[in-house]
Amino acid sequence: MDRVDILIVVGRVLLVFVLLLLTTVFNVWLERKVVADMQNRVGPDRAGPWGLLQTVADGLKLFFKEQVTPAKAEYGMFALAPLLAIVPAFLMFMVVPFGQPFTIAGRLVPLQGTELNVGVLFVLAMSSLAVYAVVLAGWSSGSKYPLLGGVRATAQAISYEAAMGLAMVSVIMFASTSTVGGSLSLSDIVAGQAGTYLGFVPRWNIFPQVVAFVIFFLAIIAETNRSPFDLVEAEQELVGGFHTEYSGMRFAMYQLAEYCNIFSMSAICATLFLGGWNGPTFEGDVPTFVSAILPTVWFLIKTYAIIFSFFWIRATMPRLRYDQLMQLGWKRLIPAALVWLMVSTVAISVRQFGLPWN
Amino acid sequence: MAGLGAFLKGLRVTGKVMVDTVFGDGLVTTKYPEEFRPKPQRFHGRHVLNRYPDGMEKCIGCELCAGACPARCIYVRGLDNPPEHPVSPGERYGYVYEINMLRCIFCGLCVEACPTEAITMTHLFEMSTSNRGDAIYTRNELLMRPDGSVPHMFPEDPLAKMSELATADGWVRATAPSGVAAYEGVQAWQGTPGPASWAPEPTQEELDA
Repeated sequence: MDRVDILIVVGRVLLVFVLLLLTTVFNVWLERKVVADMQNRVGPDRAGPWGLLQTVADGLKLFFKEQVTPAKAEYGMFALAPLLAIVPAFLMFMVVPFGQPFTIAGRLVPLQGTELNVGVLFVLAMSSLAVYAVVLAGWSSGSKYPLLGGVRATAQAISYEAAMGLAMVSVIMFASTSTVGGSLSLSDIVAGQAGTYLGFVPRWNIFPQVVAFVIFFLAIIAETNRSPFDLVEAEQELVGGFHTEYSGMRFAMYQLAEYCNIFSMSAICATLFLGGWNGPTFEGDVPTFVSAILPTVWFLIKTYAIIFSFFWIRATMPRLRYDQLMQLGWKRLIPAALVWLMVSTVAISVRQFGLPWN
Repeated sequence: MAGLGAFLKGLRVTGKVMVDTVFGDGLVTTKYPEEFRPKPQRFHGRHVLNRYPDGMEKCIGCELCAGACPARCIYVRGLDNPPEHPVSPGERYGYVYEINMLRCIFCGLCVEACPTEAITMTHLFEMSTSNRGDAIYTRNELLMRPDGSVPHMFPEDPLAKMSELATADGWVRATAPSGVAAYEGVQAWQGTPGPASWAPEPTQEELDA
């Protein structure tokens, strides 16, 4: 471990950090623009070209605003909760590979924050940690509506995390058929999706695991508290939900964390189901730097396809009632995930070891 | 499964609206300070006091507009015309004429009440002020200049298109051009503030023919 190694590690972490910040700035604008287009409106178009700097302007404004603390707030927790939201949101993306590994100074550098052999578990851990931010914010605000939002967040997160985890299990089991010994590392799961079925269908996990994809997709919408599962911050019922009492930079941190979570979760969805950065690189036909950057482009295209469907669903669906949310989680998604897990286990075993009576 | 069908149906609606907005003519909003929408002919904007082509004021200070005003925002005092320099063709003229634009509900009853078409409405509606006193329009702001142009409180206001002051709301209770009795009660359109020298609208019989 010499100086170059340290520089590379710092560079990778910085790259992930900057990428997340930039995509957050872009995603807030994109969401407002997409929703505006779906409502026959213009959307933000004043700040910068096409209004792209709108988020920067909003952020600057929030930066200079007063941070109000309610009289009955538990101050320590109240100040800590936004940090608890933002740190897991950034950490979650660290394990996602977003490009082809490349060689620098004689070292093979994977294009991801950190190569973790339990990447999937890390993702699950971080997404559960994010719930603490919401719950603690709701409790420490010392106010009714945030508390209700926080309580809703606990129940919602527990219900949907189970479905999400089960959907992930069937994908990992399926991926273990293409990786020797199986792996929880996201880069191994991406590598296992290289190539094609029948010569033209990309070897993505979504095709054999389409049910798991649907369950996972619904679960990550609920997990990131997005409409139609945004009961945690339901404006019409709970004012602002858990962040009612937050203002200034602390509120901005919650916004940042929410959009970081959307990006990270979509990236993980793309990694698990849509082949990650796999895609044609046209090596030899195009300049080297183009074929080196193309995997990242494929990755971003896939991620943004999922993010766009997040926004699309947000612009379309009314919010679920709380009992509907619980019914969908416990009575539909978890049984479906369990059945699918059994079906895919049987299918994988038969493929691997043959029929039991043979 | 029925829920899924409805879900996809909803997504199709929003998707279609988005395609319409981005690539078609679905956009329903305009960027107001830069784009002005054409206003309806009968739009009720701020008032203007008209003149005859020879420069005489139309207002005869009869106070019928003040009487008709449901918001009671018009204040008029008439004064006898000086015999050697008459201001209006009538016996008196509007010596004081004030409209409180904060009270005005822009109903247009003053326009209908006016026997000489002295007061009409224009298409300009950008009239915000930073103090209440400025919202009371006096003779200085309301009366058109002899050349037909109309003064406004804020000549430099980037939001207000002064040309709209030259567009009348068009709803004038015209007895007749030059008072021909055959046109009694026939309503006519007037595109610009000023003398009543326009042709009347065709009657229903003429339209049917």
